[in-house]
Amino acid sequence: MTAVAETTARSAEKYRVTRSRRNVAWTGLGALVVVVVLALFPYIVGAGTETILVQAFIILTLASMWNLLAGYAGLVSVGQQAFVGLGAYFVLILNIHNLSMFTALPIAAIGCGVAALPMWWLVSRLRSGYFAIATWVLATTILLIIEKFPSIGGGTGMSLPHTPSLGSAVLEAYTYWIGLAVTVLALLTVYLLLRSRLGLVLTAVRDDEVAARSSGARVGLARMLVFVVAGAGCGAAGALLAVSQLIVQPSAVFSVQFTAEMAFAVIIGGLGTIEGPILGTIVYMVLQQTLQSYNAWYLIILGLVAMVIAIFARRGLWGLIDDHLHVRLFPVGYWLWAPGSGGRRGSGGLRGFGRRRGGRHS
Amino acid sequence: MSEQGPSEPKGRGDAWTEERGTSDTPRAPKGAARSGLSDTPREPKGAAPSGLSDTPREPKGAAPSGLTSDEGARREDGASRAPGGERDNTAPGGEREDTAPGGEREDTAPILEVRELTVHHGQLQALDHVSLRVFPGEVYAIIGANGAGKSTLLRTIAGLHQPTEGSIRYDGQDVTRVRPERRAISGIGMVPEGRRLFGSLTVEENLQVGATYARKGPWTIERVYELFSWMKDRRAQRTEQLSGGEQQSVAIGRALVANPRVLLLDELSLGLAPVVVQRIYGMLPEILATGLTVLLVEQDVSQALRVASHLQCLLEGRTTLEGKPSEVTPEQVEVAYFGLRTPVGEGSEEP
Amino acid sequence: MVWVNDIIQGILVGGLYALFACGLSLMFGVMKVINLAHGDLAIIGGYIAVGVIAVTHIPVLWSFVIVVPLMAVLGYVLQRSVIQAALDRSILTTLLVTFGLSVVIENALLEFVNANSHSLGVNDAIITSSFSIGSQISIAYLLLLIFVVAVVVLTGLQYFLSRSRYGRMIRAVADDREAAQLSGIDYRHVFGIAAAIAFATVALAGIAYGMYSQFSPTTGTDTILLFAFAAVVIGGLGSLWGTLLGGVVLGVSQAIGAQISGSDEFLAGYIVFLAVLVLRPQGLIARKATS
Repeated sequence: MTAVAETTARSAEKYRVTRSRRNVAWTGLGALVVVVVLALFPYIVGAGTETILVQAFIILTLASMWNLLAGYAGLVSVGQQAFVGLGAYFVLILNIHNLSMFTALPIAAIGCGVAALPMWWLVSRLRSGYFAIATWVLATTILLIIEKFPSIGGGTGMSLPHTPSLGSAVLEAYTYWIGLAVTVLALLTVYLLLRSRLGLVLTAVRDDEVAARSSGARVGLARMLVFVVAGAGCGAAGALLAVSQLIVQPSAVFSVQFTAEMAFAVIIGGLGTIEGPILGTIVYMVLQQTLQSYNAWYLIILGLVAMVIAIFARRGLWGLIDDHLHVRLFPVGYWLWAPGSGGRRGSGGLRGFGRRRGGRHS
Repeated sequence: MSEQGPSEPKGRGDAWTEERGTSDTPRAPKGAARSGLSDTPREPKGAAPSGLSDTPREPKGAAPSGLTSDEGARREDGASRAPGGERDNTAPGGEREDTAPGGEREDTAPILEVRELTVHHGQLQALDHVSLRVFPGEVYAIIGANGAGKSTLLRTIAGLHQPTEGSIRYDGQDVTRVRPERRAISGIGMVPEGRRLFGSLTVEENLQVGATYARKGPWTIERVYELFSWMKDRRAQRTEQLSGGEQQSVAIGRALVANPRVLLLDELSLGLAPVVVQRIYGMLPEILATGLTVLLVEQDVSQALRVASHLQCLLEGRTTLEGKPSEVTPEQVEVAYFGLRTPVGEGSEEP
Repeated sequence: MVWVNDIIQGILVGGLYALFACGLSLMFGVMKVINLAHGDLAIIGGYIAVGVIAVTHIPVLWSFVIVVPLMAVLGYVLQRSVIQAALDRSILTTLLVTFGLSVVIENALLEFVNANSHSLGVNDAIITSSFSIGSQISIAYLLLLIFVVAVVVLTGLQYFLSRSRYGRMIRAVADDREAAQLSGIDYRHVFGIAAAIAFATVALAGIAYGMYSQFSPTTGTDTILLFAFAAVVIGGLGSLWGTLLGGVVLGVSQAIGAQISGSDEFLAGYIVFLAVLVLRPQGLIARKATS
């Protein structure tokens, strides 16, 4: 009797589902303030800082894309540098044909998104490890093919032929603003994407793929969309790279170093959270600037830290912060409140669905 | 071995022999006051417990020809036991004694003792304070519907899950935190649900792997071939190519060659034709004759009732019925199995 | 008919590629670990050999005796500690951790050694010379020796896996880890053994590579890792002979590519790799369906 009664009693209680724990309006306001302040930087800081920040923008864009791929769609790509390189070369090619490099940037991003489609066709059926290697081989192959065309610089690379005739400070500022715009757009895209139906599908797949498929989720489509968006995003970063460096060299723009950087930033900051890449990029830049003179050291330390965090703090530094302070700047999940746990405050809520984990449930 | 209690098999063919426990099993102090399962741990007396060494076991005497659900004489309490300490027995209907099963059972120590076992899969609770005691030579059956927690119970005993609460004692020793492979080496063998053979290995290789850390005992690969007459000729075949029933036989053989003391059988009948299931269960007497104790999980209630000397029914992770097959009525089983408040078409039995 | 000579070179170098690949195949087959640091381990083997030789001045061929067992022990330790910890989390974590390991190893080498190329000079004249068949085929003894060693190692490994007690345990654990536990097998220990074998073979291959060619800190990921993967994928997982075939196919593709144009050597190999990935991902020798 007891077992039966309790079962029926339990299901009669009410659960509540809410979107976010705190008011997201505060976060939006805060983000706006940050963006405005950043936009004013060219009037405040020197060119050196701007360059560093542009580099940070590139890393942050790449990181948020890699996070989207690995942390949400479960696609670990070790070949995103293909899109970085393609984005840079799109800008170069368009610039050779007299298009302003600033105008070329968005076109490059779209172009990379389109290029992602045949690449997806090649690799989509592969499982995790094979997928990773395939993306890498693909990137290397594209590099080798591009190097064969002397008209775009061959193996040694080529400078952008038609740079705008502006003073260097102005050019730097424009580059900076474009970089800021790219980054903000990238983060916004990821946030909106994950908040949408797609995000729900991805989270469901991440938790239990079979169950997700059987409840009708279009898993393949969701993943493809993510791959295309990530391709476009990385392409934008590559285009930004070309714009900021004014020169495109194949070994530089197709370097697997980019994958190392974006992966480490994400792992350290927090895989599977939107805030993670931001935090990770900050850590990365700090480390890089501090250890700049020590060449390979910052990569060694970065690598070791990333390894430790991957094992011991699955959701990275942001995950640690989140666990202790219950903060969510960009809420895309849901909170499930057990009956009787009181109002919106209080720690009585059951840890809900949504992006609670960076990977499988333990 | 004195004080065996009524050892005559009551209308049951040959005896469940009344050798309660092997010569190297420590016996509980007699006459110690007991109320249900006491919480005093039994100290091994004298000789070191055999569980973790490979002392040879004695064979258990004449093989019983079959197990019927007639009244057996294994347990002397004559009533459903309380499954754990002072916990309320949730068995609907049936007699229940508030006090200890007394008498002669105190002579033998259970070879397997599970106390208040609670297991969670993430946030889902699979087992809720389940307890049981299995005595040497018994066939203890756990029945219940799908998802009732039966396999989880067996897997936790084997060490593949860690319980959130509760303890497991094997041969007097607490093994709750012991790794599964160490439990296997010390004599807890399991035939897992779904066979789980090594697909790329041949029949013989599967048995050889099973024998990797075998204890000394009567079971060898040759003896398994004798038990399953078809197996020797096909021993070089990859197990992927066998039928369901044949795979089940290989899985049983793989567990046997390690010479376990307790054999856990998880849903033997799953996916097999009834005729095949009968044949497999028909092997049970010979297995028991070599001194094993069997704890099995079975969805097929009639099959379980046929072979078991004691049973427990689980529903949603909780014990709903416990006792000897001879003592429980079909109606009780039905209520316990399905969790209905009243059995279908019957007058109500107040819990 | 210069082609024939190059194809033969391609076949022989394929043996070396297969030697690189078999450790990778083993680790993936047994514990589903994709070791992105695999190539770097070969290079580490090479560098340790360089160091040992510099200190002890033993002949190059003796360096195997020291380095290979050392790497085996390193493999066991690394597997039981770092890689097992990552495995306990998820497959994703192993990818991330081995990637991190790869970056750390390469940059540590760059930092502590230098970026230059190294080579394990072989002084024995017999080894460095070559013999001829007919007028157009010239085969270096060294390359032939490496091929023979590769075949011997692969054969030995195959025999070990199919006949020995440990080999059975490894195959059982690869099939069903939990069921192996129920038979008393500590799979973590078995994983360690598999890793030890993988590290030992890749170190062997790395030293051989150093004798045949040059290596630098980044050769591990630039060259070796992708070649190893190509050999595994082309040949098919689950079969060591498949790995040999994969290595040979890769070597021959590269030889043909080099014939077409000097810079297309690697490209040809990668294109074949991609083609197999897309058209027949289970490889040329498809064994049983992998779980």
